[in-house]
Amino acid sequence: MEDQFAKTDIQVPENIVYKRTDLMVDRPLSYCPGCGHGTVHRMLMEVIEEMNIREKTIGVSPVGCSVLAYDFLDVDMLGAAHGRAPALATAIKRMWPNHFVFTYQGDGDLAAIGTAETIHACNRGENITIIFINNGIYGMTGGQMAPTTLAGMRSSTSPYGRDVAMMGHPLKITELIAHLPGVNYVTRQAVHTPNHVRKTKKAIRKAFDIQKENKGLSFIEVVSNCNSGWKMTPVQANKWMEDNMFPFYPLGDIKVDGELVAKS
Amino acid sequence: MGELRLMKGNEAIAEAAIRAGCDGYFGYPITPQSEIMEYLMAEKPHERTGMVVLQAESEVASINMLYGGAGTGKMVMTSSSSPGISLMQEGISYMAGAELPAVVVNVVRGGPGLGTIQPSQADYFQAVKGGGHGDYKMLVYAPSSVQEMSDQTKLAFEKAFEYRTPVMILSDGAIGQMMEKVVLFDQVPRRTDEEVIARCPWAATGRPAHRGHNIITSLDLDPAGQEKVNLKLQEKYRRMEQNEVMYEEIMCDDADYLFVAFGLSARICQKALDLARAKGIKVGLFRPITLFPFPTMQISNVGNRVKGILVVEMNAGQMIEDVRLSVGCKIKIEHFGRFGGIIPSPDEVVRALEKQIIGG
Repeated sequence: MEDQFAKTDIQVPENIVYKRTDLMVDRPLSYCPGCGHGTVHRMLMEVIEEMNIREKTIGVSPVGCSVLAYDFLDVDMLGAAHGRAPALATAIKRMWPNHFVFTYQGDGDLAAIGTAETIHACNRGENITIIFINNGIYGMTGGQMAPTTLAGMRSSTSPYGRDVAMMGHPLKITELIAHLPGVNYVTRQAVHTPNHVRKTKKAIRKAFDIQKENKGLSFIEVVSNCNSGWKMTPVQANKWMEDNMFPFYPLGDIKVDGELVAKS
Repeated sequence: MGELRLMKGNEAIAEAAIRAGCDGYFGYPITPQSEIMEYLMAEKPHERTGMVVLQAESEVASINMLYGGAGTGKMVMTSSSSPGISLMQEGISYMAGAELPAVVVNVVRGGPGLGTIQPSQADYFQAVKGGGHGDYKMLVYAPSSVQEMSDQTKLAFEKAFEYRTPVMILSDGAIGQMMEKVVLFDQVPRRTDEEVIARCPWAATGRPAHRGHNIITSLDLDPAGQEKVNLKLQEKYRRMEQNEVMYEEIMCDDADYLFVAFGLSARICQKALDLARAKGIKVGLFRPITLFPFPTMQISNVGNRVKGILVVEMNAGQMIEDVRLSVGCKIKIEHFGRFGGIIPSPDEVVRALEKQIIGG
């Protein structure tokens, strides 16, 4: 039986239904199994590949779990200091106004230490794309409380649950920046089901189209799980995310074409 | 012969940046250097050369904008004064680690803390010993005139790209604010995007099909790799020490005593030298122009011929440590300084020489 099918017989174009995106570097991801980062990476690279803009794309990676994003994304990249990616992206875009510039940041990076850079880059209406992964925890440093950690949610620095009286409330920075006139498009998505993945990819494509047309900043939050930090299995984490994160961080468009989306 | 103008030191730096072909300036207002960004904004360099000038939300943002611009091979500059430069130290360390060329101007004011807005040289240690975290150095120039503010701005850009390193111009509030005549150099054309890509093959300019992706980072989690990065940096600093030392000697040949001073203090010592010589005291002046690399051998040579050295600084005694390391303990080496924004007078410098070195 072994001789019946050689590998080369099976791996023919008509049989391939799924393969690594060319713009993803051929190396294993450093993310935990079940984490959303790899999926978002792929969607981002698929969009850049489909738009055929790699030669004109410069990305900025953060400090956090995705600090090594530049090892996986096969585009030119800069690794920023913690929280400063929007400052880097600001200068890059102004130096190369016809290039596509994106930042890829986590919640600690974007909404705690980098809040000032985030808000001011958004307020200046820098013509860039910010991709914001919100998993409500500091993953890389071992599960500490993040600005987006839910009330009552446990982390290694809120071991009895986030007490908002003492530790403040979870920060909805996405809703906050949606009110800034320089921001054109704000949406909140997820990548835990195929349907959500498709929507996220569409959002990324829309953001890059907006950049192409010089219409201002686009901001995509992806609510994701951190099964390691949350101390759950990937399946449990996705369920917990649906039950707890989504009610507080509801999915969907928040601002489209510079107009806030009316809540029904 | 270039164009002759009467300008403030801060304005000379701004004009020199435009003429050097700078692509981007990112800054945040702080006294006593705000004229740099004000001058740039008023000059509309976007119309003159295409240069971008952006007022950032903080010094932290400015230095990281610099990191972004430099990482794409563009010629970028920021300026600030002492408290702002302290805020930038993390970014400067990242740029040193990632080997990015950029010019950082510090128009120093008195500290510590919010200190004062008056001139000082109290940031010497921060500038020449690293400043931020990790083992790194910046090439540091110390202008002592408005002319040097202009000339060293151009030189700083050239050396930043030659060595792929952040370069600092360590000025002070007096040189920044005072007006002198300055001969401006002719406009150097800004590099085109194609020239940037050709001259900076390491930069993140967008990945074409014919090369791998360029990554700008100071991170290497593998200790062996990080040690390699450090060894490479140290090798670069040794090359700077061999090739980039700049200094000036004034009347050192027949000197019995020596002033060692940089920047504004050297200007004061020039007058003190005249006063002392009029009294029959044979004193010379040694002025380091680069503070890193420090003119160790050159000071040692002069130092070995004199009876004593007075190191004059507008701080509590910082460069004196490097002078002592250079000359050794064979002769008397004393510090005279005023601080907190006080500028010493030539008279008190001569009195200090007589009391601490000659009489002491």
